[in-house]
Amino acid sequence: MDKDDRLAGTADALQMSGAEIVIRALKDQGVSHIFGYPGGAVLPIYDALFQNAGIIHVLVRHEQGAVHAAEGYARSTGKPGVVLVTSGPGATNAVTGLTDALADSIPLVVLSGQVPTHLIGTDAFQECDTVGITRPCTKHNWLVKDVNALSRVLHEAFQIATAGRPGPVVVDIPKDVQFQTGTYQGPATVNHRTYKPKSEPDAEAIRRAVEMMAAAQRPVFYTGGGIVNAGPEASRLLRELVDLTGFPITSTLMGLGAFPASRPEWLGMLGMHGTYEANHAMHDCDLMICLGARFDDRVTGKISAFSPGSKKIHLDIDPAQINKTVRVDLPIVADAGKGLAEMVRLWKAGRHKPDAAALKAWWKQIDGWRARKSLAFKNSDSLIKPQYALDRLYALTRGRETFVTTEVGQHQMWAAQRFHFDEPNHWMTSGGLGTMGYGLPAAVGVQMAHPGALVIDIAGEASVQMTMQEMSTAMQYDLPIKIFILNNEYMGMVRQWQELLHGGRYSHSYSEALPDFVKLADAFGCLGLRAETPGELDGKIKQMIDTRRPVLFDCRVDPSENVFPMIPSGAAHNEMILADMDDGGPTVSEAGKMLV
Amino acid sequence: MSDDKSMTGAESERHTLTVLVDNEAGVLARVVGLFSGRGYNIESLTVAEVDPMARTSRITIVTSGTEQVIEQIEAQLRRLVVTHSVTNWTSERAGIEREMALVKVAGDGDKRVEALRAADAFRARAIDTTHSSFVFEITGAPAKIDSFVDLMRPLGLVDVSRTGVAAISRGPEAM
Repeated sequence: MDKDDRLAGTADALQMSGAEIVIRALKDQGVSHIFGYPGGAVLPIYDALFQNAGIIHVLVRHEQGAVHAAEGYARSTGKPGVVLVTSGPGATNAVTGLTDALADSIPLVVLSGQVPTHLIGTDAFQECDTVGITRPCTKHNWLVKDVNALSRVLHEAFQIATAGRPGPVVVDIPKDVQFQTGTYQGPATVNHRTYKPKSEPDAEAIRRAVEMMAAAQRPVFYTGGGIVNAGPEASRLLRELVDLTGFPITSTLMGLGAFPASRPEWLGMLGMHGTYEANHAMHDCDLMICLGARFDDRVTGKISAFSPGSKKIHLDIDPAQINKTVRVDLPIVADAGKGLAEMVRLWKAGRHKPDAAALKAWWKQIDGWRARKSLAFKNSDSLIKPQYALDRLYALTRGRETFVTTEVGQHQMWAAQRFHFDEPNHWMTSGGLGTMGYGLPAAVGVQMAHPGALVIDIAGEASVQMTMQEMSTAMQYDLPIKIFILNNEYMGMVRQWQELLHGGRYSHSYSEALPDFVKLADAFGCLGLRAETPGELDGKIKQMIDTRRPVLFDCRVDPSENVFPMIPSGAAHNEMILADMDDGGPTVSEAGKMLV
Repeated sequence: MSDDKSMTGAESERHTLTVLVDNEAGVLARVVGLFSGRGYNIESLTVAEVDPMARTSRITIVTSGTEQVIEQIEAQLRRLVVTHSVTNWTSERAGIEREMALVKVAGDGDKRVEALRAADAFRARAIDTTHSSFVFEITGAPAKIDSFVDLMRPLGLVDVSRTGVAAISRGPEAM
């Protein structure tokens, strides 16, 4: 379609500056919050923001923080997160967050300023090839050189970020385009000409899936972040399907909360640090029903030994995930919610019943694995065990609307194992990319969206120092986030791998010259708390929860504790290392050492 | 993954793919970046705008990989926002593949005569001639060009420029 054709007959065609087009487009897209940092190449947009009420701008302290905050905002609300950064370093600082959002399918619209069009390619001040740098870490990106294309691109950006498998997009806007006057078009006029992802399931495939489920002897649901991304209705339908079938269910790190952890069918998380029962059920099942997950290497372990005896159904919205690493018997490309709705409908319509006798035997086998109590740990009277600290944190936050973010490492795995969720969108963690420094800014974004809720970043003392500057953001906007640091004075997961794979040579994995977190809290103007013994833990946690200010909680934990159970690299689901194995359990093969 | 990729045990095969894309800035970089970023091979690549009114470009790529890798390449290409369609001429549609090459041969005496004779047999045209050299223009399937280049090697081959493959379907239908 020609530009003039598009404009003809458009009732809401308006003349305004590029910067005003940006603000208008954000408002028309229903954006209420943006996370950003000003600079030379976005000054016109910041000026338009200054003159327009209705959008809350959160000033971060580093652009990486802006993107993670937008991710936290997006994941806790189901709405796209919006970021505004300047050219050059502003854009390059956003790259980690963009890559994180791409790996975890988080819808983000990141707007970056660019040097004026006539300076592009001249190595101008704060110039970088933003679209070139962000091409592999976005779902799509644009450099807008024509002010009359700006509103269309912005509306397309929201469409692409949120449609199909969600992801981050970047719109790079040269400064002269922000100043120029152009025509604004509303969102209704925009329809992308090539991007039309399929979301409706194939009816025949669903019919076959339901038949396979009805015939299964040892079925298991393996669910992922796709359920959360499909919206709350998908989680409700998942519960209904589990009710109807009585099948056991496990989930990836990204999918926690889609199914209530308090229900008996819940096996806990699967994968490298998943439960014994979840991984053994995956290994021994005869039917695996994968819903909105992607057979990540942290989930499968050794591919050639992955669930060798099962038929596999794979429902995913992204066709590229089908047969990528694991061959499946029945692929279904669809939105998880729509696929689940059809499964529930056809299961009921066909008056299907699960094979009760087989299922009873299967549950008996699973109960045997459960009895192994793979998450058990030896508690201590003198040292705070990190597992105990999280058990207490979990217990003391019951009855409140609680959102949890995490950094990356041991604390993240302990949180995934021990902090149980009954609702989706309450658990924000960096799964695919494993970005240390994610949790604190993500908590800022979550708290911004849910001012009255209890928002806790379960952190490690190493990760949290990567984006610690965002405490200042939390102070500025009165965001009472709680940073609960499991301080073991190690990069714990690195140390654990060095212990397992590198002869206990702890090469640069200890946290030396740590700040005094209580004094640091004081410097930021928030509350600092420290717990050093199990006896004082409950009181300090209660104090943290009752404080209507940001809190930095320095929880001094046993530095030698490791995360178990564990599937060592290159091993199969039924070759787990458990905490109480005297001989240390299965060892890591030479091939396994090569893996990450 | 390294140990597992070979677990499929499947043979690597050559495939010719055509991707119809929006002709917008950076579109080639998206396609090429996808191949380099995910470790896929590109044996040849041809790109040009084919419909200025619709602003579409046609990219033809010759690649190689196991069945699973080729399937993944196609899925990844379809996932690009700018992609209209992906066609596999090796496993999916009957197509015709052609490539053009310019081949320079230098020498004299018997070798020169032999080069000209071989060019004639391959229906290659001499498009530049000096007393000591020829430039031949040859069109055909990639294998034919490979054979011609191999034939010219002992006859004084000095330079080859190949366009990469263009492909189109047989019969009345468009792609």
